[in-house]
Amino acid sequence: MESKESPAASATTDPREAAFFGGLASDWWDPKGSSAMLHRINPLRLGYIREACVDRWGLDRRARAVLSGRRALDVGCGAGLLTEPLSRMGAAVTGIDAAAENIAAAQAHAGALPIVYRSIAVEALAREGATYDLITCLEVIEHVADRPAFFAALRTLLAPDGLFVFSTPNRTPLSYATLIVGAERVLRSIPRGAHDWSKFVQPDELTAELADAGLTVTGVQGMTWRPGTGFVLGRDVSVNYFGTAIPT
Amino acid sequence: MQHDVIIIGGGLVGMTLALALDAHGVTSAVVDAADLGATTTSEFDGRVSAIASASARMFRAIGLGGVLDKHGGAIDGIRVTDGLSPLNLHFDAAEGDAGPLGWMVENRLLRTALLEAQAKAAGLTLHAPARAVVERTKAGVTATLGDGTVLGAPLVVAADGRRSALREAAGIRASRWTYPNVALVTMIEHADEHGGVAAEIFYPSGPFAVLPMRDPHRSAIVWTVDEGDAPGYLKLGPRGLSAEIARATGGYLGDLQVIAPPSSYPLSFHHAGSYVAERLALIGDAAHGIHPIAGQGLNMGLRDVAALTEVLVDAVRTGLDLGAPAVLDRYDRWRRVDNMAVAAATDTLNQLFALKGRAPAAVRRLGLAAVERIAPLKRRFMAEARGETGDRPKLLLGELV
Ligand SMILES: Cc1cc2nc3c(=O)[nH]c(=O)nc-3n(C[C@H](O)[C@H](O)[C@H](O)COP(=O)(O)OP(=O)(O)OC[C@H]3O[C@@H](n4cnc5c(N)ncnc54)[C@H](O)[C@@H]3O)c2cc1C
Repeated sequence: MESKESPAASATTDPREAAFFGGLASDWWDPKGSSAMLHRINPLRLGYIREACVDRWGLDRRARAVLSGRRALDVGCGAGLLTEPLSRMGAAVTGIDAAAENIAAAQAHAGALPIVYRSIAVEALAREGATYDLITCLEVIEHVADRPAFFAALRTLLAPDGLFVFSTPNRTPLSYATLIVGAERVLRSIPRGAHDWSKFVQPDELTAELADAGLTVTGVQGMTWRPGTGFVLGRDVSVNYFGTAIPT
Repeated sequence: MQHDVIIIGGGLVGMTLALALDAHGVTSAVVDAADLGATTTSEFDGRVSAIASASARMFRAIGLGGVLDKHGGAIDGIRVTDGLSPLNLHFDAAEGDAGPLGWMVENRLLRTALLEAQAKAAGLTLHAPARAVVERTKAGVTATLGDGTVLGAPLVVAADGRRSALREAAGIRASRWTYPNVALVTMIEHADEHGGVAAEIFYPSGPFAVLPMRDPHRSAIVWTVDEGDAPGYLKLGPRGLSAEIARATGGYLGDLQVIAPPSSYPLSFHHAGSYVAERLALIGDAAHGIHPIAGQGLNMGLRDVAALTEVLVDAVRTGLDLGAPAVLDRYDRWRRVDNMAVAAATDTLNQLFALKGRAPAAVRRLGLAAVERIAPLKRRFMAEARGETGDRPKLLLGELV
């Protein structure tokens, strides 16, 4: 069975990093725990995903379960911080993560939500033949070892009228100062050692790599933090950016 | 029974929240200790509220416009004077073109309208009179009623008024002080028409407000008097009181009579240090109470409703846990600072007008004259009266979220 596949069997995920995040699994759901930053940006990123879906498929923006009848895949789902909301938004969601510990934590937390969680790599999943209307891949790309193979698999998994939503840190001096020095070392709002700055990707590099995989980027927005307001989306992509892509 | 939100307190603010949520398909259970049917009589609450135009837009957006159209008295202008000095500051709705600055409505009619709407709201269950034992944990909230019914939700909202038991239980501190005044409230009938003008006449003991009702010959009186003088006024009898009120207004309404038994309310200020705690949000008087000098108390609560509704509707639509700190923090950030500013301004206004002596009087007159002449300043005050300052929630613009 594919779901028994060990993280090490995946070619595109760095095994050392997978082990690191697995160790954090039980702490994931504590809003004041080591994933505090993810909890804080979750409303913003879910709002972004929702808007993108409404635009892509012309949905009713006031609907409560706007993703009803759609299949979604959350890549690098961790303990389900994004997966559970996508399920409540009505999507039939599959959450995958390379770390089996994360999947165990996610399953334990899901309660009655009808989510399928699997510890499987995207390449293996792509070989199974299913496709998804929505694929989310947030704060994952910077941890991927072989991006071309990873994006090719995502392209295979994406339905013809599907939508791919990603977010990832930019590779700039400011992102180094903010994420590595500020957030990891000083504030400790992100676990230390979670990131390898040299693996961060710049928006134009990513756009080109996705194009090579048959995915056209349809929009990019930056996420920044403002005192008094908190996290906001805008044109400033110097620290972290969100984007959407569709099959070319 | 599982709901999206449990609301403790079905007063003007709590019930409006429940209806605003229902208008967006967000379900709630409202628990109130009082028999709400009995709160619609004038004996229970003889007060009248000024519904600022922004609050009125929310009422209309959620289908409560009828009570304003049927019973509301439009406020087309506000005249502020320092005692009976001829210098005054006049705000006229006609200076903008956005309609009345607000509406005067009797609280009991508002309550009746809210209860009627509640009876028709599909996603709203009311438990009253009932008391709840509320338990908040990391995982969720339960409220156990006297009859054993257990309500569950990811979030509980405290709309239980100024002595909020939920606020106390959460250990949220409120800064507070009492004013050495009380508000006397009554209704008058007068020979001359009020012309839709609300008058705020400032006396050393506090403001004397004359608020235009729908009937052009009727006005509500909110009179701030020294604590010690209140019993005397209350004992005066209709004739004596009418004479005192005529004197305080300077006679601009012609002959007048008091037509409702006066009641008195102690005045105090309180402001919660935080509007949120684990799976808890405070709204209305549970979060803040200000001097009724500017008729803003209820309106501040209604702005809480608009902001919290937007925050919760956004959260529901993005599948978030309604009690998650990231959700609640947005509400706290949005409302607490804004309310603090209104509270501080109101208190300053009150302090300024309460000062006795010639120098403060000169400052006040200079201030009134300056505001009258400086257009941007005046627009700012008008916006404040309309409830249009700050980053406004969609409902206050008259739009659903
Ligand atoms: C003299 C005076 C004049 C005013 N004039 C104006 C004005 O012109 N304009 C204006 O905007 N504002 C005005 N205000 C302020 C305004 O009245 C209040 O801000 C407003 O009514 C607050 O509404 P609320 O729903 O938050 O609280 P409340 O009206 O106090 O409602 C609280 C509800 O909670 C229930 N409750 C309490 N404890 C519990 C419990 N433990 N369990 C269950 N239920 C419980 C109560 O039964 C009640 O129904 C005035 C105030 C005063 C005193």
